[in-house]
Amino acid sequence: MRLEYFQMVDRVLALEDETITVASFVPNESPVFEGHFPGHPILPGVLMVETMAQTGGWLLMALSGFTTMPFLLKVAEAKFRGFVTPGTELTVTSRRTHDGSGYAVTEARIEAGGKRVADAEINFRLMPFPAPELEAAMRGNAKRIGLPGFC
Amino acid sequence: MTSPVFDRIADIIAENSEVPREKITPEAHVINDLGIDSLDFLDIVFAIDKEFGIKVPVEAWTQEVNAGKAPAEQYFVMGNLAQRIEELVAAKGAA
Repeated sequence: MRLEYFQMVDRVLALEDETITVASFVPNESPVFEGHFPGHPILPGVLMVETMAQTGGWLLMALSGFTTMPFLLKVAEAKFRGFVTPGTELTVTSRRTHDGSGYAVTEARIEAGGKRVADAEINFRLMPFPAPELEAAMRGNAKRIGLPGFC
Repeated sequence: MTSPVFDRIADIIAENSEVPREKITPEAHVINDLGIDSLDFLDIVFAIDKEFGIKVPVEAWTQEVNAGKAPAEQYFVMGNLAQRIEELVAAKGAA
């Protein structure tokens, strides 16, 4: 994870059917932890949501063959069940539960050490890439994280 | 007299927006009269997809309207919307 750059996914572990599993390594140090919180550094819940959203985003881009860009539409039922401290390795899973016309619904969860620490239902609007630079950047990132088909 | 499909769609819209149920008449335009925005509309479509086990082709409808191939009223006036949903449900049953 590079928290300051909103780069939340480090490596794709599996992509099967409608489900993706990725690894995210929480850095030992980040300016984020200086403020959140002094003496008690933990990964902010909003960044856990972002991590689940990006995981779902990679899933949807893979499923569409990179024909659409998923944009965050709605976060529902987000729950944060435990603290995530610097240096933690996270396993993040996202499953597409509904393939709509121009939108998709996913269920995501984050686990640390085999224990669930967060989950949410996340909806995306699916649109053509609004800029060629964005598509190129996403394809580059797909290669970086080892998204199947883009390695 | 409205159809059961119309009534269920109207209930779904009332549940997923701030529009009072009594304002949702067959003549009401989903966007112009009821003021449903795109986020609420996709929530409503998701609820309709789930309720009737269909995939409402919103993208195709929007493309048709934007290309001038169909009037917006054909899909986005409540009575017509309910008819389109009934056709999709019937097509699913026939498949």
